[in-house]
Amino acid sequence: MTGTSRLPTEGPAMPRTFLDAFINSNGALSILVVLLGFACGTLIIMAVGRNPAGLYLALLQTLTGFNATTGVWNARYVGEWLTAAMPLILCGMSMGFAARTGLFNIGAEGQYIVGLTAAQFVALYAPPFFGAEWVVCLLAAAAAGAFWGGLVGWLRARFSVSEVVATIMLNYIAFFLSRYLTRLIPDANTYRTPNFPGAAIIPRWFIDDLTNHSRLSAGIFVVLACVILYWLVLERTKLGFELRATGLNRTAAGYAGIGVNRCFTTSMGIAGAFAGLAGAIVALGSFSYGRVIGGYDNYGFNGIAVALVGNSTAGGTLLSGLLFGMLSSAQPLMQSRQIPKEIAWIISGLVVVLVSLRAGIRLVIAWRAKVAAARSLAEREAAGA
Amino acid sequence: MNGTEGPYAIEMVGIRKVFPGIIANDGIDLRVRNNEIHAILGENGAGKSTLMSVLFGLYAPDAGIIRIHGKEASIHDPNDASSCGIGMVHQHFKLVRPYTVAENIILGLEPRNGFGEVDYRGAERRVAELSERYGLSVDPKAKVESISVGMQQRAEILKILYRNADILIFDEPTAVLTPQEIDELMTILKRLRSEGKTIVLITHKLREIKEVAERCTVLRRGRLIGTVEVADTDASALAEMMVGREVDFQITKEKSQPGDILLSVRGISVRGSRGNIAVRNLSFDLRAGEILGFAGVDGNGQSELVAALTGLRPIETGSIELCGKDITRSSIKERADTGMGHVPEDRHRHGLVLDFRLDENLALRTYDRKPFLRNLFFLDFAAIASHARQLIEDYDIRASQGPATKARSMSGGNQQKAIIAREIDLSPKLLVIAQPTRGLDVGAIENIHRRIIAERDKGRAILLISFELDEVMALCDRIAAISKGEIVGIVEAGEADEKMIGQMMAGHHSLSKKETP
Repeated sequence: MTGTSRLPTEGPAMPRTFLDAFINSNGALSILVVLLGFACGTLIIMAVGRNPAGLYLALLQTLTGFNATTGVWNARYVGEWLTAAMPLILCGMSMGFAARTGLFNIGAEGQYIVGLTAAQFVALYAPPFFGAEWVVCLLAAAAAGAFWGGLVGWLRARFSVSEVVATIMLNYIAFFLSRYLTRLIPDANTYRTPNFPGAAIIPRWFIDDLTNHSRLSAGIFVVLACVILYWLVLERTKLGFELRATGLNRTAAGYAGIGVNRCFTTSMGIAGAFAGLAGAIVALGSFSYGRVIGGYDNYGFNGIAVALVGNSTAGGTLLSGLLFGMLSSAQPLMQSRQIPKEIAWIISGLVVVLVSLRAGIRLVIAWRAKVAAARSLAEREAAGA
Repeated sequence: MNGTEGPYAIEMVGIRKVFPGIIANDGIDLRVRNNEIHAILGENGAGKSTLMSVLFGLYAPDAGIIRIHGKEASIHDPNDASSCGIGMVHQHFKLVRPYTVAENIILGLEPRNGFGEVDYRGAERRVAELSERYGLSVDPKAKVESISVGMQQRAEILKILYRNADILIFDEPTAVLTPQEIDELMTILKRLRSEGKTIVLITHKLREIKEVAERCTVLRRGRLIGTVEVADTDASALAEMMVGREVDFQITKEKSQPGDILLSVRGISVRGSRGNIAVRNLSFDLRAGEILGFAGVDGNGQSELVAALTGLRPIETGSIELCGKDITRSSIKERADTGMGHVPEDRHRHGLVLDFRLDENLALRTYDRKPFLRNLFFLDFAAIASHARQLIEDYDIRASQGPATKARSMSGGNQQKAIIAREIDLSPKLLVIAQPTRGLDVGAIENIHRRIIAERDKGRAILLISFELDEVMALCDRIAAISKGEIVGIVEAGEADEKMIGQMMAGHHSLSKKETP
């Protein structure tokens, strides 16, 4: 490719038109994608002969607790929404953190399971800790997830094992290991263990009253702290600088003296800790007993979509986690309004597919630059003639 | 050929090609006479390759017409070009390495015998005949991977001759050749003309034009500057047309004042990426205040040597000492701390994180030191930005949004200035510089050459690797010719002439005047 005369119209500028906003900002594009997803969902509901208003009333009730049909307000729905969103946000950050270092972490599911299992064991067996055993459980889950993720990073760094393959395999290992170990617990049957001691359950404090006895726990504060930590580490610290440099161009990072291999291990470790915490928050926040898991909870896999829509940034992942949480917890409310609950999954799926519009936007940029070039050429010729 | 044949083999009229953000060809006219060698001259990005890609059917022009032998031709893909009798020798050869020359040449047009089998025997005979007729002396049975780069290029030429091309386009054909191979190529070009072929030679090297071309079309920034008879002009006039102003080719520098030995390399061997020994038992010394240049054709171990010196590749044997300290096994970071700066060969892959901001790129080597590291964990981004502002001013880096500019949006010359600023800012005792001016325009080249000499004059040791012999000859105080991973000889710049170094680059030991350990 050869090139010449840069055009004055080129170069990032303030958004001039509606389209500019989407070209210049990934965030704006994500919002557009979500709106398109809902638009398609609405059309589908109409196509199957139902009233799409039901969808939006269900979503309104999920977000605010207000039932527009009966005029009754119940904050429990808000609590349930946030409960569903918590593990999605954490697993989204697990995917996103690794992605910012240039790694594809499909292993959030496994890291989630390992964290869940560790939290259950510590909850059942740990000695008393000032009545706040749940804190120890969370720490143990984060550590277990960090180990499970860090192992993949280390394999990648040391033996160039593809993190994609390693995480998929470790998902299976985590799943069956969790089942096997949990069933060894005395008095455990095929699906549950005895109840956790009270101090191991994540407290609800004032949240319980505030959200009318929803399942929302103090874990929400842990999630928010993690979002802040995610931003702080990536955008403000030395480690974040190294990780981002590695993610954007690992050869240049290596040339500059950054330990790229160490970055892989660290990044996967931190990613695993986020997913591990998600496991603990579900295990000790939504259940009062340990589960012998019978299948994937799928928070880890859905986290991939969350990170994709959220652009792997802290704020974006938080918002997109809330979105996916909303779609999942709105399902029963949708059904009660004669809207098939599968619509929620169709919208989630469409949003993920439409994120590929990013590629389309690049075509728009190219096309516009070409038009601008042709115009300036014409102007120059007119001036010359 | 028929009666309609005009005086011109190729006529391209009013060719315009617009790419996103740039007008690569802006109403260009090109007329190539029958049976002439016609050069197309221009800097990187002047639009030469685009124009030829349009002619060869790789790009569709936005406007303009093409006539071949007076007949309007619509060329939509290389097959159309081929049926118009146009063939192209690309800068990067398109050969299947494990195949023989003959197999490569017939690929896609395999002759069959009576049983429908590929007639290799006949193909080899035909290739040998062609080779004989045009004086190419290529062995049709040789495997491509076992022959020299110059020979591979001839195989490419044979490939298009085999397809009955009578217009041959050469895209920067000398970029990969040793000086001797260049001489041979010039002879081949003349021979092809005497056999009735029309040749278009794309180049930015004035000497080659003076030597073989009859006429020369000069492009600058996508526009046609003019077509001249080469005999009526001289190199400096052509250069002025190409660059748009007077060019001073002479690099002015004082004689070097070498000080103590800063870098001492003893018997190092390095493996290449395919496990082969790429650098073999190499030894040299480099003193403060001098520039040692490595002259050699691409792929003779230069990249591996740089990688070994800078810590990117382990060495098999030998030792490296920098400022009296053994750094043979040191990490990249330790080497930087000992006093080594490095301007890498590939600025996009290795030199910059293109999606980082300029200020982050400028801090890529020093982010973990004060004042950028505020405490154990946190970086001071205000300090990183103000450091960048200083370097932008000192090194005249043009960046539209200052420190916040994404490196990707900057021009190649400014990207290179940024890398050089960053590395010099480390205050290294030794600067390892690879291919500092590849792909840059003349203005940027002058700027970077001046910087390099200024660093030498500050008493730094500089190791320069370049595939442009002219650059090595102009900048360096001592020149080491490297061939197949070995130093063939090291000569003082004053005693060196191009012919001698060229022969050393080809691996002829006996010709080196003086060998220093």
